[in-house]
Amino acid sequence: MSAPNNSFDPVEVTALHPDEVARMREEALAAIAAAGDLARLKEVRLAHAGDRSPLALANREIGALPPAARSEAGKRVGGARRDVSEALKRRQAELEEERDARVLVEEAVDVTLPWDRRHRGARHPLTTVAERMADIFVGMGFEVAEGPEVEAEWFNFDALNFLPDHPARTMQDTFFVESAAGGDSGLVLRTHTSPVQVRALLGRELPVYVVAPGRTFRTDELDATHSPVFHQLEGMVVDEGITMAHLRGAIDAFVSGMFGSGLRTRFRPSYFPFTEPSAEVDMECFVCRGASVGDPDAPCRTCGSEGWIEIGGCGVMNPRVLVAAGVDPERYSGWAFGLGVERTLMFAHGVRDMHDMVEGDVRFTSAFGMEI
Amino acid sequence: MRVPVSWLREYAALPAGVTARELAARLIAVGLEVETVDELGADITGPVVVGRVLAIEELTGFKKPIRYCRVDVGAANGSGDPQNIICGARNFSEGDLVVVALPGAVLPGGFAIGARKTYGRMSEGMICSATELSLWEDHEGIIVLPEGFAEPGTDAFEPLGLRDDVLDIAVTPDRGYALSVRGVAREAAAAYGVEFRDPADVALPAADAAGGYPASVADAAICSRYVLRGVTGFDPDAPTPLWMKRRLAMTGVRSVSLAVDVTNYVMMELGQPLHAWDRARVRGPIEVRAAHRGERLETLDHVKRTLDPDDILITDESGPINIAGVMGGLDTEIGLETTDVLIEAAHFDAAHIARSSRRHQLSSESSRRFERGVDSAVQLAAATRAVLLLEELGGAVVDEGVTHIDLGAARQPVALAERHAARVAGVDYPKGTSARRLREVGCEVAEADGGDTLLVTPPSWRPDLGDPNDLAEEVIRLEGYENIPSVPPRAPAGRGLTSGQRLRRAVGRGLAGAGFVEVLSYPFLGERDLDGLQLGAEDARRRTLRLANPLNDDEPLLRTTLLPGLLKALARNVGRGFGDVALFETGLVYLPREGAPERAPMLAVDRGPTGEELAAVEAAIPEQPRHVGAVLAGDREPAGWWGPGRPATWADAIEAAREVAHAAGAELVVRAARREPWHPGRCAALYVAGAEGAVLVGHAGELHPRTVAAFGLPARTAAMELVLDLVERAGVRAAAPEVSTYPVATRDVALVVDAAVPAGEVEAALREGAGELLESVRLFDVYTGEQVEEGRKSLAYALRFRAADRTLTAEEVAAARAAAVAAAAERTGAVLRG
Ligand SMILES: [Zn+2]
Repeated sequence: MSAPNNSFDPVEVTALHPDEVARMREEALAAIAAAGDLARLKEVRLAHAGDRSPLALANREIGALPPAARSEAGKRVGGARRDVSEALKRRQAELEEERDARVLVEEAVDVTLPWDRRHRGARHPLTTVAERMADIFVGMGFEVAEGPEVEAEWFNFDALNFLPDHPARTMQDTFFVESAAGGDSGLVLRTHTSPVQVRALLGRELPVYVVAPGRTFRTDELDATHSPVFHQLEGMVVDEGITMAHLRGAIDAFVSGMFGSGLRTRFRPSYFPFTEPSAEVDMECFVCRGASVGDPDAPCRTCGSEGWIEIGGCGVMNPRVLVAAGVDPERYSGWAFGLGVERTLMFAHGVRDMHDMVEGDVRFTSAFGMEI
Repeated sequence: MRVPVSWLREYAALPAGVTARELAARLIAVGLEVETVDELGADITGPVVVGRVLAIEELTGFKKPIRYCRVDVGAANGSGDPQNIICGARNFSEGDLVVVALPGAVLPGGFAIGARKTYGRMSEGMICSATELSLWEDHEGIIVLPEGFAEPGTDAFEPLGLRDDVLDIAVTPDRGYALSVRGVAREAAAAYGVEFRDPADVALPAADAAGGYPASVADAAICSRYVLRGVTGFDPDAPTPLWMKRRLAMTGVRSVSLAVDVTNYVMMELGQPLHAWDRARVRGPIEVRAAHRGERLETLDHVKRTLDPDDILITDESGPINIAGVMGGLDTEIGLETTDVLIEAAHFDAAHIARSSRRHQLSSESSRRFERGVDSAVQLAAATRAVLLLEELGGAVVDEGVTHIDLGAARQPVALAERHAARVAGVDYPKGTSARRLREVGCEVAEADGGDTLLVTPPSWRPDLGDPNDLAEEVIRLEGYENIPSVPPRAPAGRGLTSGQRLRRAVGRGLAGAGFVEVLSYPFLGERDLDGLQLGAEDARRRTLRLANPLNDDEPLLRTTLLPGLLKALARNVGRGFGDVALFETGLVYLPREGAPERAPMLAVDRGPTGEELAAVEAAIPEQPRHVGAVLAGDREPAGWWGPGRPATWADAIEAAREVAHAAGAELVVRAARREPWHPGRCAALYVAGAEGAVLVGHAGELHPRTVAAFGLPARTAAMELVLDLVERAGVRAAAPEVSTYPVATRDVALVVDAAVPAGEVEAALREGAGELLESVRLFDVYTGEQVEEGRKSLAYALRFRAADRTLTAEEVAAARAAAVAAAAERTGAVLRG
């Protein structure tokens, strides 16, 4: 233990004199009160409350006092510093409030100024609507199958029970591809996505639950409702014990997924070589729900006041197709449908003219953004 | 098929109150696609009556002769006095019965009839022509009604059939029988459960009636039934009765002459095409046979046609006289003096007629029916119906003799499980339903296996019913498709989208996020497009597939590159006032396969293909890789209140390619290259790392000015095109990086190299030299000018170093930096700038 330090120099500790401490405190409080803005207050804080401020330096001197004097000096300096600190805090709050009230207002900008420094892109609505259509089925466990666009006639017609001289084959308005020598190549631009049915059956294990969105081609001139290049979504199920009721269930699921629940669907008997029985599918108009039928005062543009909208064709897979694809029709049955992607887009989003979908005008496509 | 409802009602006993629209809805429900219901004459109102011309006063002094007529309209005008009417037609005489529209009547097109002064006289109505009443097209004058048609003053609506409803039905290819009033009436009767009276029920000649016109059929495969019946003493001047003209007009057939009209009328009614010859011009026995190659015939349309074995011919001693089912010959045509008529009704093979009609590009009402299959048993009835009409309407005498060659095989019954329709539909139909419904459509049904199996013989008019599913459809549609329940399918757990499918979406989102707008161009090209791309004669992109029947003769090729479609869309947008455009497209291109067979094989359909067979088909199908392309012009970033804009450049095109690679998880390596259609000094070849070294996946840069000019693009348009399939293959599954929390050490280096040294090479050298402590390298300045020698440039890089496990010492960082610089010096001749 060292001897008590009795030999302190009174001059060195004037800083701890009560008057001196009081003076330092007053000076500090005065400077704080005088600080007009936050930047000035920051300087004042450094000068009067920082490590090298008079009060901080005085505090360091406390150790030099005789032990008996330390406590009182400590209280004195500590009290002064506390007062300064509180004054700073108060002034800080005052100045911040003042800044908030005045300076930030002065700094106001015109936030309505445009900042369109970047062009916004978009995906084509036919792409995104086809994805959405497919996703409804993917959500049910279906997978997405694919096939080529230049297709062998066997896949496009024969395997689908389009016999060579049957009118159904010539009704398809087919683009034929020339062979290298300019003759018959046995290749066509696929007229529908249905050849993917046969490809899926040949390439996958049974049971098969697939959809196949894709581009299809027919020799129609471009007009408001036709395009030589268009898109379909094929759907197919081949499993044991499959019936037309399941087909109806799938179509209903699609309609409620795409257009909203509670819409009725209707099957009308029709004919496709690759399905038997076959049906055209209508859904209740999601705009008027049939209210426009026979009401000339409230016509419906969406359904033409028919109350129903045709969305595609479907049917029970013709066993002949299963046979051509090497599937035993005694054990397996299935169904298939084809939905028009353009039609779906036209109805769901009010597109009136096919030209808009094929011309690539950025004004049209940009309206649809990234997802639909 | 246009079916007048009045005609339909003759054979289907429909309830009187059923409207045409209700009928249409019923028929739609059972599978006849009624497209429209035409309410003919619905726009005719007011008094239209029968009148008798009492007196005609010829007015002269006008541009054309005009008649002022006094017409007895009975009490229809209220007064009973004759009506005075001006008429410009001249095909009538005093005493004739005519049709008069009285004042107050409104004719088609909103044509209101009133009393008015014309040609100096007061005209109180109009004497009508068939065209004015929309009855049929006739420009010969007014309608002169036959004597005894009706008393003057009689309302003309009913007797003339002014109002009628016509169902326009789009007949699917399997329903040939619906191309007749008979077929539609049968469906309508079944739909309403009412009686059907068959128009083919006519008094047939005795089965052994011989002595008909001599004829033979060479082959049952081309003609299974052949019937000829004749008449003599036919009056060639006998007019077609009004009701027949009207009915033919409603079905869309123009009236020609009574003999021809009768054949058309019977065809519309029974669905059996008939042919009528002038018997005096047919020489010797008739033979039905396939044509010999090179035979010739001049057909009714005055075209001399060369024949083919696909054509079925009707011949006499002089040679071919008809292309069966397609078109008759000119020589034997019915003429204005024909008094002896020979009527032919035959069942020709559908496939032959289809090929023949296609080859001669002659599609007629007759060929349309044969192609879809006509009733194989109705020929005798049809020919008989026709000759009876010629007798009744044309004063002819029907020949006793009948030619009837029947080579058809009896139809075999189809075995159908009683439960089959129920299994197909997923509906528990009560037992007996199938047999009942099938009998309704004309099938004969016998039971076997105690009723579990039905032996079904379809009727002669339903050649489409051959398989159990065909029969099931008949049952299900008549039971009502609306009664099929909705049962959600239960798919096994799926695997979701494939990586390729997900990539395509990611690429689309990435490019759209980068400001590109997607287009979907047609894949058709012309030589001009390839020329515009400046492709050399040997360029692989000139090896295209060609369409045999393009929509546009200028664009017969299938695309091998996405660029022409994109560039045209870009030019279109610029033309519409959008100068700042960035577009992209993903899609297939079509590349002829080297060594592909001349023709894709046709495989069997009665079994699945073998592996070899499938491979042979696939070998004939062109390669169809998926490409992605992007084009941009104008400002990439627009000018604004913030300052000037930034024009799109070659670099943006390369960046778009990087966007694609990034989406795929592949890294793109860029090298300078030359390739059309790019600017030779501003073209990058783009590579990805593959298992066997770098794989070229595409190009990007600024377009060649010649291409810019050829497509009418803004100057300095930039473009990129990648083979997306190759980029996808190079993608790697991202591995989680170790994120070091030790401090980074940043060092800048400025290197002076020859101006020709690509920055990419310098960076690659720096990376390799710096080793694994290098976290990143970034070029932040390129300088040429006074500070460096002529022909040299200074590249300034920021290098960031960091270790995974410690704070790097200054010495370690200095060593790594020095190694980087040394590598750059060695590989690119770089000199550290002082
Ligand atoms: Zn509606």
